[in-house]
Amino acid sequence: MMNRIIIPLLSGVIFGAGLALGGMTDPARVRGFLDLFGDWDPTLAFVMGGAVIVMAIAWVVQKQLVHPVFAESFALPGTQDLNPKLIGGAGLFGIGWAIAGLCPGPGIAALVIEPASAAIFIVAMLAGMALVRMTEKN
Amino acid sequence: MMRSFTLPGFPDAMPLEGLAGGILIGLAAAIMLLGAGRIAGVSGITARAVGLSESSMPRISAWLFVIGLPLGALAIAYATGGLPANFASPLYLAIAGLIVGVGTRLGSGCTSGHGVCGMSRLSQRSIVATLTFMATGFATVAAMNALGIEVLP
Repeated sequence: MMNRIIIPLLSGVIFGAGLALGGMTDPARVRGFLDLFGDWDPTLAFVMGGAVIVMAIAWVVQKQLVHPVFAESFALPGTQDLNPKLIGGAGLFGIGWAIAGLCPGPGIAALVIEPASAAIFIVAMLAGMALVRMTEKN
Repeated sequence: MMRSFTLPGFPDAMPLEGLAGGILIGLAAAIMLLGAGRIAGVSGITARAVGLSESSMPRISAWLFVIGLPLGALAIAYATGGLPANFASPLYLAIAGLIVGVGTRLGSGCTSGHGVCGMSRLSQRSIVATLTFMATGFATVAAMNALGIEVLP
């Protein structure tokens, strides 16, 4: 119950609140950060910095735990394997992120702020994900 | 939104709100890591929710995380009396969404999974991914500005 239901919902709600409080649900603010050579808005750096500091502490705590508080084991990705797919994919993601000032989290959170715009972004994003899934299956 | 503090030279920036929002995001990711043993990466969890990923996360859990995002934003919108929202036109939103969807799956993550969870773990993969999407993001906005392409109202 905790592991499957409460933790994911709680995490999602707090995550969405953090995105909104930090101004990340407004694409103008995200694009302002990416406008490094123009009228730069450093707010996103504070959001990222705050989140990384808290998570760095969480990783220290994680190393002390034999298993998660409400689950039997950790399910974590590897950290070393660098390949062209990772770099190419990240590069593409940055382009899409910059075009509309939206990444997946704020795009979904914005459903309650500007539903029609957020929905278009989300449907297109899912289509992109499905496209990768189809090419990888064949 | 009330602005209690401004950054010299950057009158529009919201450093305190940004930091507070970031701390909440960090707490959310920490709850997922320490409570359920998983990475709070939005793109991966979203793909899992809709059945486009083989992750071991139960789909109900993925859906609850995804549904939580707008609920949390809604709480802040109510608490602050409304949030600013400047969105691109449908065509740009569709193009951007498609590229974000392809890029996050090929790159195994986005700003949350790589930028927040991976960088804080000093993951080599995530540091490279984050530097890459930041670089192409800066370059894309610079190129669009140079070409006179305006997407936001």
